[in-house]
Amino acid sequence: MKTDSSVWNREGLSDEQLVTLLRTMLLHRLLEARGFQLNRQGKIPFASAGEGHEAVQAGAALAFTRGKDIFFPYYRDVGLNLGIGLSPYEVMLSLFGRAADHSGGRQFPHHYASRALGIATISSIIAAQLSHAVGAAYAMQLRGERDRAVLTTFGDGCTSEGEWHESLNFAAVHRLPVVFLCENNQWAISTPLQHQMAQPDIWRRAEGYGIPGRSVDGFDPIACYAAVREAFDRARSGGGPTLVEAKCYRYLAHTTDDDDRTYRSREEVAAARQHDPVPNFEQLLIDRGLLSAASATALKAAILNEINEATDRAEAMPYPAAEELYARVTADAHEPWRSSSPPHSI
Amino acid sequence: MAVSTQEQTTTMNNVEAVRHTLYEAMKNDDRTVILGEDVGARGNVFLITKDFIEEFGAQRVIDTPIAEASIVGIAIGMAMEGLRPIAEIQFADFIYPAFNQIVGEAAKTRYRSNGEYTCPMVIRTPYGGGVRGALSHSISIEALFYHVPGLKIVAPAFPADIKGLLNAAIDDPDPVLFLEHKKTYRLIKGEVPTGHYTIPLGKANVVRPGTQLTVVSYGLYVHWALDAANALANEGYDVEVIDLRSIRPMDKTTILTSVEKTRKLLIIHEDNKFGGIGAEISAMVAEEALFSLDAPIRRHCAPDVPAMGYAEPLEHEYMSSPTKMADAMRELVRF
Repeated sequence: MKTDSSVWNREGLSDEQLVTLLRTMLLHRLLEARGFQLNRQGKIPFASAGEGHEAVQAGAALAFTRGKDIFFPYYRDVGLNLGIGLSPYEVMLSLFGRAADHSGGRQFPHHYASRALGIATISSIIAAQLSHAVGAAYAMQLRGERDRAVLTTFGDGCTSEGEWHESLNFAAVHRLPVVFLCENNQWAISTPLQHQMAQPDIWRRAEGYGIPGRSVDGFDPIACYAAVREAFDRARSGGGPTLVEAKCYRYLAHTTDDDDRTYRSREEVAAARQHDPVPNFEQLLIDRGLLSAASATALKAAILNEINEATDRAEAMPYPAAEELYARVTADAHEPWRSSSPPHSI
Repeated sequence: MAVSTQEQTTTMNNVEAVRHTLYEAMKNDDRTVILGEDVGARGNVFLITKDFIEEFGAQRVIDTPIAEASIVGIAIGMAMEGLRPIAEIQFADFIYPAFNQIVGEAAKTRYRSNGEYTCPMVIRTPYGGGVRGALSHSISIEALFYHVPGLKIVAPAFPADIKGLLNAAIDDPDPVLFLEHKKTYRLIKGEVPTGHYTIPLGKANVVRPGTQLTVVSYGLYVHWALDAANALANEGYDVEVIDLRSIRPMDKTTILTSVEKTRKLLIIHEDNKFGGIGAEISAMVAEEALFSLDAPIRRHCAPDVPAMGYAEPLEHEYMSSPTKMADAMRELVRF
């Protein structure tokens, strides 16, 4: 991002919205760092991180209309979920696996489900959520709900799945109101882009489906907002789906169970760090006079305080009762096997 | 038997019963959509949805690309967003690409979201052999999905049961895999009550009472088992035949009540024996009613080979018959 240019395309965003972007990015960054800390302290079994995805996620979240749109995320979308209204406390409940977590402590961290926020339930299976997004968009279109649209996100790794193709194709055929947002971080766990695809511009595949494709700097939150906003506008005006590819980078290992030193060089990661969107965007807002250095420091302190409170509050919450294992398999009375009692009763 | 709100009945074969029930569902609820390969302009390869597209429109009768995984996945998204989709897999043999969407997604939607999202959808598919369908048009798939909590599996044999159970499946707030034996489509006819009715999922039906042997089956083989049992009656053997109708949930009560009476159990199905539906039923009866049994539980099922062949002798060898079933019943009654 060029901070020295006198021309600054704010894409119509107000000062308040720009500070909101930064706030979401900082919250994302610091909250996920807390997840890794808690894992290293032995307090939680697992954490993953979208460090390097902050700009694209905060930008996309700003284009999402809460109360109308539906979001079918993937597991690396903590920032996007925060940006559309998820609280740090809910993130911590998820990490700690507490009873009050959206899934009741069943799901892996960051698999949220909230009708109020418009966050759909997902599994960890790559590309499985895309056809759900398409089906939900079909329902909106069938009912003539022209002011609503669906956002679904995925990594570069997802684009190798057959269901990725099936979903884009069906959405294109029916001109469904879906925004397909690829967060291309260059790595599918340990497999780099060049081993995933011969043609590295994922957005170019849109032409094959007869839909618009856009490439955007995934480290530029304003550009990401604009690209996703344009795709939402098209979706809501009957223009059908758009494929947006935001090129970013995954700064950390895939998860707390991964060690990326085994497959990529420190030099590569360090080079990508030069473009780190979080300090860069903070500096931009300071340079443009939206924020003083002191208020930026205060903002980070306030966010850290919020995260500390969320951590303590969630940690103090109870685990689900063991009986919850048997609940909500189906709406009617499902009779699960239990080793401690006869498996069947007459 | 089915409870009707009206006394009137109509004679239908199985394919007509499916068509009639789908038609009523489409007519009575705007949320209902049908999606699958060739369900629209062609009206399904068995003409089950013929002319639906003219009456209900291409938006509700959706000809999909050939992409089974997303047929089910799109239906899941529709169901999560308030529609009542009925997805069709053209032949059960083609369901494998949709395995994750059925097992990993649909069956776990309620559980993984702690009830925040649900997946009220039906996946219909014709299955079964005896039609020279060879390796990819005659498979039984139920055992592959039987293992999955959160998924109901229905496999009716009679037209009246098809209507009542398909209505129940459409009404059910969770995903239902609805299996239609394609050889019974035009072979089996029966009286179907005219009005709307449902038959509870998970309730078996004693289609022939008897005292000396319990036979449990489903699908086409219910009809052949009845033929065999009726033939054995001439030899003085009294065989009870249970039509499971719903494979899962399993109706333990009906099975156990019968076994307590007859003290002998034979499970008959067209699917492979190894790891099949019969294995679970026999394990259940062994755990619950071992000391009521006067003979070992027997399973009369398909051999453990990949599939029936196209050539007539290969299909014939794979499939059972009323004669083979009668032999198995006779042997167990005499035990």
